[in-house]
Amino acid sequence: MTTRLTVNGEPVELEVPGMRRLLDALREDLGLTGTKEGCGEGECGACSVLVDGAVVDSCLVPVCQVDGASVITVEGLAREERLNALQAAFLETGGAQCGICTPGMLIAGEAFLASGAELTDERIREAIAGNLCRCTGYTKIIDAISLAAQRLRT
Amino acid sequence: MTQTVVPPAPLIAPPGVPTPGRARPAAPLRREGPDKLTGTAKYADDLVFPGAWYGATVRSTEPHARLLGFDLDDAFDWKRVVVVTADDIPGENVVSLIDDDQPALVPIGGEIRHQAEPLLLLAAPDRATLREAKRHVRPRTEALPAVFDPLQSTQEFAHFTVGRGDVDAAMATADLVIEGEYRVGHQEQLYIENQSMIGVPREDGGVSVHGSLQCPYYIHKALKRALDLGDRQAVVVQSETGGGFGGKEEYPSMIALHAALLARKCGKPVRMIYDRHEDISATTKRHPAIMRHRTGVSRDGRLIAQEIEVVMDGGAYCTLTPVVLSRGVLHAAGPYQCDHVRIRGRAMATNTPPNGAFRGFGAPQTEFAAEMQVNRIAEALGISPLDLRRRWVYREGGTTPTGQVLRESVGGIDVLEAAADASGFEETWSRPRPNDGRVASGIGLALAWHGAGFTGSGEVQLASVASLELTDAGRIRILTASTEMGQGTKTIFPQLVADALGVEYDEVEIAPQDTSFVPDSGPTVASRTAMVVGGLLIKAAGKLRLQVEGRTGRPFAESYREVGPMRVDEQFEPYPGVAFDDETYTGDAYPAYGWACAVARVDVDLDTGEVAVRDCVSADEIGRVIHPILAEGQVEGGTLQAIGYATIEEIKLRDGRYLNDRLATYLIPTALDAPPIRSILVEKPFSGSPHGAKGVGELPMDVAAPAVVAAIHDATGAWIHDLPATPERILAAVAGVAPPPQPGVSAGSDGGSVANRAAPPEGSDPKPEARRTDAQPFRAPTDPDDDWKHRR
Repeated sequence: MTTRLTVNGEPVELEVPGMRRLLDALREDLGLTGTKEGCGEGECGACSVLVDGAVVDSCLVPVCQVDGASVITVEGLAREERLNALQAAFLETGGAQCGICTPGMLIAGEAFLASGAELTDERIREAIAGNLCRCTGYTKIIDAISLAAQRLRT
Repeated sequence: MTQTVVPPAPLIAPPGVPTPGRARPAAPLRREGPDKLTGTAKYADDLVFPGAWYGATVRSTEPHARLLGFDLDDAFDWKRVVVVTADDIPGENVVSLIDDDQPALVPIGGEIRHQAEPLLLLAAPDRATLREAKRHVRPRTEALPAVFDPLQSTQEFAHFTVGRGDVDAAMATADLVIEGEYRVGHQEQLYIENQSMIGVPREDGGVSVHGSLQCPYYIHKALKRALDLGDRQAVVVQSETGGGFGGKEEYPSMIALHAALLARKCGKPVRMIYDRHEDISATTKRHPAIMRHRTGVSRDGRLIAQEIEVVMDGGAYCTLTPVVLSRGVLHAAGPYQCDHVRIRGRAMATNTPPNGAFRGFGAPQTEFAAEMQVNRIAEALGISPLDLRRRWVYREGGTTPTGQVLRESVGGIDVLEAAADASGFEETWSRPRPNDGRVASGIGLALAWHGAGFTGSGEVQLASVASLELTDAGRIRILTASTEMGQGTKTIFPQLVADALGVEYDEVEIAPQDTSFVPDSGPTVASRTAMVVGGLLIKAAGKLRLQVEGRTGRPFAESYREVGPMRVDEQFEPYPGVAFDDETYTGDAYPAYGWACAVARVDVDLDTGEVAVRDCVSADEIGRVIHPILAEGQVEGGTLQAIGYATIEEIKLRDGRYLNDRLATYLIPTALDAPPIRSILVEKPFSGSPHGAKGVGELPMDVAAPAVVAAIHDATGAWIHDLPATPERILAAVAGVAPPPQPGVSAGSDGGSVANRAAPPEGSDPKPEARRTDAQPFRAPTDPDDDWKHRR
């Protein structure tokens, strides 16, 4: 079956079974290995991507559900070899340690920034509550998202 | 009641004089950060090896049995796959570590010792074929009686006795003798990247493995022994590693052997990528432990004698258990001066998956108990837990249970005062506070020490090497086997070397962790990387600088590019004046200690027993701070792992099998569960290392759990003696009824081999997927006038 979608702004046609996990299509069919698998059952959020602006666990989404959709992965964040505001803030504050949750955290963070939600630690914590990190205690991830939001809003 | 606390700027005290390795005011950015932030960093599962097959492990489903053989169903065409059994192992069938008891695969006729033991390996060109093949293999076994309770086990992995003074005589003079028993269960490391290893056959008949790992040379040794390979035929390459926390110290040797055996048999690269379920089911956990304390004190609050017994559950194989037990025993008395101490520890075998390394390595277990005991003594004496620690904590010149005199870099009192001050402990603890009868608030404090680097003569025996070279291309390159797994090795090493050479951070490269390039600088464990290997690099840089400047007559930074290839190898030499006797277990158990104090604030829901940790301050004295952001990251991350250990992380077992072996059932704290964590870095440089650093990775893990449990007591008046402090345990303690079953011990289908403290039936479910929340057999009284809420 053919699935047509855009991935990081590029049109893509996938000739794969409709029930193939979006995660596998991204990693194995499109070579976008920035999106990670941590549990395969929607608990850890390492496989988070944006589908039409919404954060989803790509391990739980079959390809047939994203026909016609726009998908953004971590590879779609940097522009012209430059880190975007959120990535730069993660680098400065120490929001990435082992880095395996980082792609999903960045995706959840981007959704928070785009939402225009009130800029408080509590709202940021809610925004990343579906993404597990075992290294940071979340403190510096929250700092990073907060820093990026302050920069983008001024 | 929620309290909003505005975190102050991180404090680094005292300011002191800049020395090599101090990255202030501007710390360099994480070296591999941009790769991690753009998705280009390559973790093992991201690596592409054309033509690679997929590997799988057929495991035992019984806790103890004799393996009689395998039934390979004729309905499957076995020519489609490769099958590996113990008969295919060309060398010794052992996973090389301390003891040679653990096979890579159980041989036919051999003994199966736990539920997740590897028996047979499969490789197939695609995942569907692999799954199909796996369904058509049946091990034939003969069941043997299993032991799940370490107190009933007769097989001992190790025992240690440490002590000084005359405990019995001193105890007899005490005004008050307080006894306590504390238990902790398993904890899963839960790195977010699962265990992964790819085996690739080599033209020289050897094998390369690429994977997620902490200790390249542990795996190198394991491959050489089991596959009977020469030094150059076994190559271990670390891929980007998504967290370790000790969980990738020893088990990767097993997976590397499996991938290598399959790769050599099928002549293709083989990918062994565990899924989360297999990872939790089969790989090592933190050791469950039972600690018994008898402490003698005087009425005026002097610490007279300590008698401590530690029993750890090693699981089915030895792995690193003797060393974990050793560290646990050496830390068991807590950071307190006492002239009469006896600590006895033993580690026993059970028919559960082997337990192994996890951040803290035995110390979080025994220091939880030590801190609980101090808090209960403070309560009995009517002295504040802060004041009692002020009196007891080691000062310079103090003597430890092994007879070690703490000559310098003793920061216990500094972290105690810093954390108490920053958290407002004295103004809050034990004071009346608003209580609506539904939620009770409390504050708790704990103190810990953590020996830096390997125990005893470990570093001398390791004799690690770290190297620096000037390349043909005029570059400065670091060569070490120390791995980056998030803690910052690849950032602080170039930083230390750049400082010592007087060059820019970006001028220093770091070679990949590949055993065909880098020397054996020891395992990346025991908080030893910054202190020990970092120290070797600073010394190597000093030598390189002298050699280059001697040759060119000009400053290193200006002239090193003119000097051809050059290499300096620096090998570990004992720290001056540090000596340990392994026979008597006396002397300098560690060259130095890190010191930490945590203060936690909690809200306890009195209806449900749920705990919300609202705030945690952790003050950590780590010698010198090399990179403040990375060091704070270690403190914050370790603190949250300890909060998880204290509140929600528990593995339940039946018949020696982990029941909650998925991420849906083994819970770790989310961003909503995590409190704001304030780290305070305190510096008291250690003169034995050239940069004064002592290590930071494990220290914070020792201290937050007892702080949380102390805060639960401050809120509810109830002491929780077993970790984690789950709602069931809290409600039972508050109601004064029998606690739920002890943590860490498997329920058995026969019931006979399982110890029970007159407890209600185990609430565990044989189908863990079906149960998302713990049963709550107890309910607290809800009458707001009940005195239990204010009892202390």
